[in-house]
Amino acid sequence: MLSCKHIMTVSDMTPDDITMILDTADSFTEVNERRIKKLPTLRGRTVVNLFLEPSTRTRMSFEIAAKRLSADGINFTASSSATVKGESLRDTAKTLSAMACDLVVVRHKYAGAPQMLTECMDAHIVNGGDGVHEHPTQALLDLYTMRRTLGHLEGLRVGIVGDICHSRVAGSLVPALRMVGATPVIIGPPTLMPARPDVLGAEVVYSLDDALPTLDVIYMLRVQFERADAMPIPSNREYAKLYGMNAKRLAAAKPEAIIMHPGPMNRGVEISSDVADSPRCVVLDQVNAGVAVRMAVMYLLLGGEGGGTAA
Amino acid sequence: MALLLKNGRVIDPVAGIDEVADIIIRDGVIVEIGKDLSIPKGETLDISEKVVLPGLVDVHTHLREPGREDKETVASGTAAAAHGGFTAVCAMPNTSPICDTGSKVRFLVERAAEEGVVRVYPIGAVTKGQDGAALAEIADMMAEGAVAFSDDGRGIQDAGLTRIAMDYLKAFDAPLISHCEDESLVGHGVVNEGVISTRLGMPGWPAAAEEVMVARDIRLAELTGCRLHLAHLSTAGSVALVREAKSRGLRITCEVTPHHLFLDEDVLIGYDTNLKMNPPLRSAQDREALVGGLLDGTVDCIATDHAPHAAHEKELEFELAPFGTTGLETALSLVNTHLVATEKLTWADVAQLMCHGPRAALGLPEVSLQAGSVADITIVDPEARVEVTKDWFMSKSRNSAFLGNKLLGKASEVLVGGYFALKNGKVVAR
Repeated sequence: MLSCKHIMTVSDMTPDDITMILDTADSFTEVNERRIKKLPTLRGRTVVNLFLEPSTRTRMSFEIAAKRLSADGINFTASSSATVKGESLRDTAKTLSAMACDLVVVRHKYAGAPQMLTECMDAHIVNGGDGVHEHPTQALLDLYTMRRTLGHLEGLRVGIVGDICHSRVAGSLVPALRMVGATPVIIGPPTLMPARPDVLGAEVVYSLDDALPTLDVIYMLRVQFERADAMPIPSNREYAKLYGMNAKRLAAAKPEAIIMHPGPMNRGVEISSDVADSPRCVVLDQVNAGVAVRMAVMYLLLGGEGGGTAA
Repeated sequence: MALLLKNGRVIDPVAGIDEVADIIIRDGVIVEIGKDLSIPKGETLDISEKVVLPGLVDVHTHLREPGREDKETVASGTAAAAHGGFTAVCAMPNTSPICDTGSKVRFLVERAAEEGVVRVYPIGAVTKGQDGAALAEIADMMAEGAVAFSDDGRGIQDAGLTRIAMDYLKAFDAPLISHCEDESLVGHGVVNEGVISTRLGMPGWPAAAEEVMVARDIRLAELTGCRLHLAHLSTAGSVALVREAKSRGLRITCEVTPHHLFLDEDVLIGYDTNLKMNPPLRSAQDREALVGGLLDGTVDCIATDHAPHAAHEKELEFELAPFGTTGLETALSLVNTHLVATEKLTWADVAQLMCHGPRAALGLPEVSLQAGSVADITIVDPEARVEVTKDWFMSKSRNSAFLGNKLLGKASEVLVGGYFALKNGKVVAR
């Protein structure tokens, strides 16, 4: 069993929790490769996807994960929800609680929303991304992909490149990498760095070209202009010149280094098309891993209660 | 009607007194202070073991009336003030509508006369609608009773307009109260920029966003000769700027709040919206610098920035919830618990920081514990135990940053013009 009731932030988890999730995901990957990709494990359990910020891939990934475990999945999105009628998040949470949901996956524009849900409902809460704070299942699927592709996690040097300060992916990935014995290096212009990267425990490098030859994983992020108060870079052109991953840079990287991206990609900005489509780029493996890892999270949070069985 | 206060420890640095004595009050005025006094008829109250201070005043209160009477009214806000030991409050103008004309000031003066449990001194807006574009009718507001002027809640972004406001105010010797916040540096910031903004994943509000405005307004006060009072300073850099300005003899005063003195950003880790303030809670180093400013005289007053909010507004996501904590009913107990009981400050210092300092900063009527002074008096039971629960408050709102605290000492009596506003710890209805 996991040590935590909820998956809120990576720092709430222990290294053993992470290992257990990744190991469990291995068995679900095997299920996902079958022709009949369905298990009865969570039959009769209700999983709500409470997505109050637009999302396609994360919502679909959780939805598929719930279906493959035979849970009843309900989608509650901002456009169809009571929130547009002015209902508060607390009231929405209490309403869901009254309907006896077992697990709620929440995606929200603001940091701390999952924490708020835990205060007003009994269900297990999974943080599907809160503001620019954390996105723990993304970090877990990234670790899973790295482990599957490179064979191990300990000792890896992982460069996270680009818009660190607006990235909940980086917010979870940096502490997760430290927990498994890897070294996170955050790379980008100072205008896209968090105020105190030292408290996250990452090395800070402003030049991608300097860091590149040392990295085992090059993790590209999209610049989230929509979250910035003022334009943090002069132009996409200059950004691509300094921080874009292209064939020339790929040639300067370690031969076994892999390219990752949480999606959606901005081709031509942080990643060139030839790199995005190269075999060194594992973005689709990440998406594939996402389903298995989310199945593992749901199974480990709910499975122990209902006496269900793993694959 | 005469009142005899027996055996209190009477403390007032302005009157040069710190001794156990009796006080006789007649017709709203202190007529005699001395040993073994008696009165032929009237009320006698034994206040042995209690501390008697000149009437405390809060120079930074949001009464919310008119406009948001669901959060606070003149009646409930002044009751909260009496409950916390204050004999007067200065009401900030960011009501709805904004208090930016003489007739709106008069409304508040009349409401206070009808329903106020303690005295209310209105603060007028500097600019029309507090929109930072054009001067409000300052002389008209002064004629109706405004004591100072502020665009508190936002601050005036334009340096040129600030200079004009200061020049204009100089003619009336009225202070400008500056809310120091450079909006272009704050952006969507909701917590201190640094460790906590990084940990919580929330937009940061750098200390520099306050300090550049403090520096700007000090220079403009120097240029214009206007009296400047700096509201709710929260950073070490701001205190250093004020210390330097005062060393050059400038007429600048400043205040700090109990929440910035006694809390730092580390408490925000649970996303409790009662801890969301403007300016935000800062680092431990900043907090220590504010206390240092109190101890060395750089800081003139402790002010509450009492900011009541409805529960349903504070129960939103942290980034959506309004800024502010209530403060009137906890300030004195916090000061005693953290500064007097720990012997960092004396009660004479408290009289300075919560009575004489704020009165001088805003040019309010002076009170003191000597014959001839108006009988605005705060009596403190320094041994009283206070548990800050939601039931504790007289304010209409419960959004206190100090809920759950166990504090030492509270006001037991408050006299305003010789009448009890608080007696035996209970607010006295008018």
